[in-house]
Amino acid sequence: MTVAVDFKNVDIVFGADQAGSLALIDQGATRAEILEKTGNVLGCAGASLTVHEGEISVLMGLSGSGKSTLLRAVNRLNVVSRGQVLVKDGDRTVDVVTCDEATLRRLRQKQVAMVFQQFGLLPWRTVEENVGFGLELAGVPEAERKARVQKQLQLVHLDQWSKKYAHELSGGMQQRVGLARAFATEAPILLMDEPFSALDPLIRTKLQDELLQLQAELKKTIIFVSHDLEEALKIGSHITIMEGGRIVQTGAPEDIVLRPANDYVRDFIANVNPLSVLTAWNVMRDRRDLEQGDNGWVWLDRRKTTRFKIDDHGLVAAAERDGKPAVWVSCADVERQPEEGAQVFWANPGTPLKTVMLAMHRSQTAPVALFDEGSRFVGAIGIRDVLSAVLRR
Amino acid sequence: MDPISKFLTDYKIPIGPWGKAFFGFLTDNFDTIFRAFSNGLNFILDGAVNLLLMVPPVLLALVIAIIAWFLQRSRPLAIGVFLGLIFIINQNLWKQTVQTLVLVVAAAAMAMAIGVPLGIWAAHKPKVYRFMLPVLDLMQTLPTFVYLIPVLTLFGLGNAPGLIVTIIFVIPTAVRLTHLGVVSVPKAIIEAGEAFGATKRQLLWKVELPSALPTIMAGLTQSIMLSLSMVVFAALIGAGGLGTEINRALGSRRIDLGLEAGLAIVVLAIVLDRMTRIGVGGKK
Repeated sequence: MTVAVDFKNVDIVFGADQAGSLALIDQGATRAEILEKTGNVLGCAGASLTVHEGEISVLMGLSGSGKSTLLRAVNRLNVVSRGQVLVKDGDRTVDVVTCDEATLRRLRQKQVAMVFQQFGLLPWRTVEENVGFGLELAGVPEAERKARVQKQLQLVHLDQWSKKYAHELSGGMQQRVGLARAFATEAPILLMDEPFSALDPLIRTKLQDELLQLQAELKKTIIFVSHDLEEALKIGSHITIMEGGRIVQTGAPEDIVLRPANDYVRDFIANVNPLSVLTAWNVMRDRRDLEQGDNGWVWLDRRKTTRFKIDDHGLVAAAERDGKPAVWVSCADVERQPEEGAQVFWANPGTPLKTVMLAMHRSQTAPVALFDEGSRFVGAIGIRDVLSAVLRR
Repeated sequence: MDPISKFLTDYKIPIGPWGKAFFGFLTDNFDTIFRAFSNGLNFILDGAVNLLLMVPPVLLALVIAIIAWFLQRSRPLAIGVFLGLIFIINQNLWKQTVQTLVLVVAAAAMAMAIGVPLGIWAAHKPKVYRFMLPVLDLMQTLPTFVYLIPVLTLFGLGNAPGLIVTIIFVIPTAVRLTHLGVVSVPKAIIEAGEAFGATKRQLLWKVELPSALPTIMAGLTQSIMLSLSMVVFAALIGAGGLGTEINRALGSRRIDLGLEAGLAIVVLAIVLDRMTRIGVGGKK
């Protein structure tokens, strides 16, 4: 996977005494200490993060945690005090911190587009003039500009509104204009600074879904700032949690939920419904950890109610439930299965935990088996595994 | 007198003599330049006045009413403008009104031409604004009569010194309102401009100025109003127009004449104010 944006030990300090503040950062001083000693405000310290092409990387944290500060370093809306921000620019890589004005301008026009929390639309311009703003700055000829603007307006379902002024639209529509303006530049990298935070919950959910749909088609690299973990878990392929200007944990959504690095992260995830992120893979016991019986039989659960006989290829040869032969059926069909005692459900590693639980419910708490794409047995989930994952014990 | 006060008055700082010496130096050395400038300006202003007076008054009033309609797209306004001007013609003050109009429009235009760039500069450089501020205060609060005198000695009598005095008086307003407009551009839209790669010039023309335009236009309206109020004083140093009539009325205690000329100024003020109130961009 190609790297689109690479933060390398980024320190950002707001204020006059840069050298003094950097020295304090090196000693590991907190934001409060730096403010007291130098009068400067620590934006972020020692931030290193790699964002790959096509991924949605979410920066999370409470307000003042430095997430927006770090985001805005990518197009130098915030000036980096020390470190590198490498941005992919076609075939080469540019360090935004040190590049000259002309390069920066080209990056901003063609490589990195931005969507703002307060939309940042120009109220005296119509919707189509707003969407064409970035193209106009880049000197795209009018005819081409009009065509590209029309295309974007259709994409965000605003073609009926193109002649209206921005302030005549609702908040959700205004942010669609903001999205269209960013997409119109065809920049491969998109910075989104809490784009949906100013919207009411229903519209927010709708725009999140639309963004995911557009992303499936357009495959941009998106760096997304949010203070809402549900949002982060929903759209992020990668989540970075920040506190007091420093990165405390970075990883896949389920990593954050299952293995919070410290109490701050634990507080964050306290109110998150684990069912919305966890999959069968996250909670299963590997087949090597299961209790082996005789003749290739393997117990799927600790209570020894269910067992599989596994052949040399890792395929299931026979199944038994409560001492009687059983059939094994896919979780995906759980709703359509008649309730019988002698069946064992199986799932794929990517099956949501919720579906697995439904299957357990149906089969009177029988364990669920996990098969990979080649139908090979990889592990099992017992009722205790589910409970400990949900309760985070 | 107590000794401290006596000591202080004995060592009076000769601000007056210094100023006098400075203007004496200017008149002694650059008199021809100032006079030439003054003559040129007088020539242009008088030419404009004469040109407008060649048009039959009612026709000119109609043209102004049509311009009003083009600026505001409002029929009642155009009719009001026309009736107001007809009233002035009816009072037999048309010639003086045209003289005043030329002076006011020229002064407001010059004040904007100088004030708007200064205001933008001040908005971009807070330090510059800090230096500019006391000068602007001085220009606005120094009693008008005080700078009538040096202007009179430098430029002589006539329309030109009247114009210059008016411009000096009006520039601060143009600067201040432009500064206010540009400083109050929301940070969010400036950042949007920067994030999409605007150059400094694009930022000014495509973001800052359109956003500040309503305030700058308010500055234009204010400039015109202030110019009108200054015209009466400018008449003291020979600027023609309605101000001359009012000064004459004051000198000879003619209530009737004063009332007529005063009302003509009010009508002119209302006409110009309504014509230059330009709404900007999307209707709110």
